Amino acid sequence: MSHLTGHQVRIAAHGRDIINVAQASVCGGELVGLIGPNGAGKTTLLRAMAHLTPLQGGSMALDGVAMGSLDPRERARRVAYVEQSGAAAWPVSVADLVGLGRLPHLKALAKQGSGDRDAVAAALAATGCQHLAGRSVDTLSSGERSRVLLARAVAGKPEILLLDEPVAALDPAQQLAILTLLRDLAGQGLGILAVLHDLPLAARFCHRLILLKNGQVLADGSPQIVLQDQMLAELFGIEVESGERDGQRWVLPWRALP
Amino acid sequence: MRALVLLWSLTGVLALLSLCMGPTGFAPGIVAQALDGEATGRLILFELRLPRALLALLVGGTLGLAGATLQGLFRNPLAEPGIIGVSGCAALGAVIAFYSGLSASIPLGLPLGGVLGALLAIALLLALAARDARISTLLLAGVALSALAGALTALALNLSPNPYATVEVVFWLLGSLSDRSMEHVLLALPFMVVGSALMLFCGRGLEALTLGEDTATSLGVSIRRLRSLAVIGAALAVGAGVAVTGAIGFVGLIVPHLLRPLVGHRPAPLLWLSIPGGAALTLAADIAVRLIGGAVELRLGVATALIGAPFFLWLVLRLSRRAA
Repeated sequence: MSHLTGHQVRIAAHGRDIINVAQASVCGGELVGLIGPNGAGKTTLLRAMAHLTPLQGGSMALDGVAMGSLDPRERARRVAYVEQSGAAAWPVSVADLVGLGRLPHLKALAKQGSGDRDAVAAALAATGCQHLAGRSVDTLSSGERSRVLLARAVAGKPEILLLDEPVAALDPAQQLAILTLLRDLAGQGLGILAVLHDLPLAARFCHRLILLKNGQVLADGSPQIVLQDQMLAELFGIEVESGERDGQRWVLPWRALP
Repeated sequence: MRALVLLWSLTGVLALLSLCMGPTGFAPGIVAQALDGEATGRLILFELRLPRALLALLVGGTLGLAGATLQGLFRNPLAEPGIIGVSGCAALGAVIAFYSGLSASIPLGLPLGGVLGALLAIALLLALAARDARISTLLLAGVALSALAGALTALALNLSPNPYATVEVVFWLLGSLSDRSMEHVLLALPFMVVGSALMLFCGRGLEALTLGEDTATSLGVSIRRLRSLAVIGAALAVGAGVAVTGAIGFVGLIVPHLLRPLVGHRPAPLLWLSIPGGAALTLAADIAVRLIGGAVELRLGVATALIGAPFFLWLVLRLSRRAA
């Protein structure tokens, strides 16, 4: 299984470090949540993992090979990135939008082949978007759009999937559906790193959580281990309510600590 | 695909119709005379009408293509070829050629000045934008460049000692296809061919850009390379066009917008469709100004602006309603 790992990653802006992370990684088959308060540097770290932000120090490597030394198209085939807003400039059809995920696979000047169309169909099926294929993207609801953007990334058959807040602004049923889908995709061998803001969902669905505060990793491990009361007090400055159901631990932010 | 064939057919029909147009109306007799081998007929057809029809085809086609390319690059349906400042600089180059006496001393001095102005604009744009990878920087640089070129053109007109020369330049700036020769076509053609080829290479990058710069980069597209291709391509083609015909506005704005629904709003096929689209619109407008006739010829640039500006207003209103 492939793994994307950053070592001693340092990113500076305006003369100060905004990211200083000893190690952050995601491996095939796991769903990793990147959580932390606003301004902790989650999106910056995610963009660095996607080779979209230059590093001032350290390294980012896919299966031990530096991301920067990979051919851009190979990198694009193996690591997919879905940005938060995901607004399409043109009201293209859902099928065409999802087809964009095939771009890194197309040879120069070639048109999409049957293999590409099969991959698009499979991605639409995997994300439950078949019925949307003919729709224009500007007619989609937020939940539908999140799924379609996910389908776009899945269509490229990447090894690693990097998602910036995939469930932001979705209703609870859509949030549960998307996270269940991400769990399924991870079950099929995909390595997923997602910036998540919803602590209860992150705690329930992720195999592993990376806790980020002030650009540094506070803790990295399974939700059961890292989501301790003291840790959450330090990370978010909150007190949580927690319990167990069917052997799964749940947490609920209860009140802000003074 | 069907739309492409249809638009090229329409362009062909309009080109033939354009050959049948005299300076003040429909005059197909010349074509028959020329085909009979009659000398005057041949002269009029090949020295006057053919260059005019060819320039309409070339200038219109490249304006359509440049509009589609830049709208895709800026992810904005309100972008038009002039937005990167190259039209203004080409016009300035021509005006300088006119006042320096270059246009009088060497043949084609005026369009050559225009081409030089456009090339200077490309160099400035790339230098200004080289430090910053974002596309919005390019837009600002283009606006600044347009303003500067406009100011310097106004300065040249202001300081002109000869009012007749001023009138001549102002009329030239309005944009027209009349009284152009085959030399004008041959001067502009290489720039337009190279520029168009560069723009057509942008298709895949523009598709990826549908979802923004970060996503496009993550799909393996180099934004820097895409931006250079689009800007150099558009500047070469549009600059050469402005240099030989003056400014013909709004074709590059309207055409991609009208054709976009025909290709499912996809930026890459739109590039190919916008070439015959722009050519057809420009040929039709140039036929229209000759049909209208009158004592003073209505300039093509004025005609396209009269159609284009209200369209632009309508477009802005419609977009703002959709956003609301």
